[in-house]
Amino acid sequence: MPNAAPTLEPAALQADLGAATPVALPMPAVTLDGVTYERSGKPLLDDLHLEIPCAGITALMGPNGAGKSLTLRVLAGLIAPSRGRIVWHDERICSARDVALVFQKPVLLRRTVRANLEHALKIYGIPRHQRVARVGELLAIGRLQDLADRPARVLSRGEQQRVAMVRALAARPRVLLLDEPSASLDPPATAMIEGLARGAADDGVKIVLVTHEAGQARRLADDIAFLHRGRVVECGTAREVLDRPQSREASAYLGGLLLV
Amino acid sequence: MPRNRGPALMHDFGAAFASAFALIATADAELMEVIGLSLRVTMVAVLVACLIGLPLGATLAIARFPGRGILVVLTSALMGLPPVVVGLIVYMLLSNAGPLGVLQLLYSPTAMIIAQTLLVTPIVASLTRQFIEDLYGEYDELLKSMGAGRATIIATLLWDARYSLVTAALAGVGRALAEVGAVMIVGGNINHLTRVMTTSIALETSRGELAFALGLGIILVVLSVLVNAGLIGLKASAQRRAYA
Repeated sequence: MPNAAPTLEPAALQADLGAATPVALPMPAVTLDGVTYERSGKPLLDDLHLEIPCAGITALMGPNGAGKSLTLRVLAGLIAPSRGRIVWHDERICSARDVALVFQKPVLLRRTVRANLEHALKIYGIPRHQRVARVGELLAIGRLQDLADRPARVLSRGEQQRVAMVRALAARPRVLLLDEPSASLDPPATAMIEGLARGAADDGVKIVLVTHEAGQARRLADDIAFLHRGRVVECGTAREVLDRPQSREASAYLGGLLLV
Repeated sequence: MPRNRGPALMHDFGAAFASAFALIATADAELMEVIGLSLRVTMVAVLVACLIGLPLGATLAIARFPGRGILVVLTSALMGLPPVVVGLIVYMLLSNAGPLGVLQLLYSPTAMIIAQTLLVTPIVASLTRQFIEDLYGEYDELLKSMGAGRATIIATLLWDARYSLVTAALAGVGRALAEVGAVMIVGGNINHLTRVMTTSIALETSRGELAFALGLGIILVVLSVLVNAGLIGLKASAQRRAYA
């Protein structure tokens, strides 16, 4: 669960960054401050420091086992870090409905598409009389009107992921965490998912996207954090990281080499 | 049994079948009374077992507490509880000298319902735990990421596992319908009061009233087949619609 109130003041952050004179730095959406997560004594996230900007789409990239999905789960409050802090700087982020998560493999209830959306709205505490209208809006956003009354689990993978995406947007979250949402989807389905992500970002939802694909990062991301072995090894704008990677790990990965 | 009774037995068998079908076709009052009581005792017992077993199984599936493992093993082991042992225990509890003797429930349909509830509850609870545990593994992170509380999680799991849970209840119905030992001990097989299909079959067979026993047997087998057909049909329908 995100922290109710920020505990790291922007001024303190600027001091940490060593600014001699106060500079109007954009406030990050969230700061991961020395986050470590250990399993069986092995650090899967290793003293991870990361500031995620408050707007646009941030991509988390890196090889398998880098800790990208784990970072999303920590941000979603599903996993408590062994050490370190997660500080949400937006005071409006105070409950689970403000931070939504879309899994790589869509998890849909054994119900119709409409019932899946209604159930999410119910959990998010949306009053019953508002749910029908909101479901209609969500179906339109995901272009799912024709599939509304079909069992969700008989849909194609791409359609299922669209349901999962609009369900995540049901309560109008401030942050949307996407864990490789278009993995193993064909190009048309991927384009639909990316369109939904871009649309949400344009509406002011902060997107944190885990992706393996440099192409997707180039199409969607405003900035990129590159992770390797549970640490952030490089951060920057998408163009900087993709075109002129500074770290050995990001250079090797983006150059198509196997990172071991 | 003497060998030379073979042809006579065959004749008895055929005659018994004919008489049995006649009893069923004419809706013999005594036969219907026994069938009615059987169904009433079974349905009430299964209903009570579901009221206990569904939340118990769901809790065992998602809660983590000391002693949970023992409870899981216990409910699974109790699925195979010998009915006569349950009958004996309920008898001891309800007899005049027992702790619940004051209730005067022995040799009543209520005593039979208690015994059958004890037999069916572990089946419902154990199957529910298995179904819900599987579903919980799938839904856990999603529901938690949405901020769902424990009660919402349990309600969601029970609803989405509803087809599987009906199969658990039907398994309980099958067990209760076919059960004879426990209801014989605590019900006493009293005519017009606690006589049900299974105890009646046992009694009528011992008295040589094969037609009546066979009539009940046919009904019992038909009910059993219907329950199993319902189970299979329900499962297939749910899988076809991706609800299972």
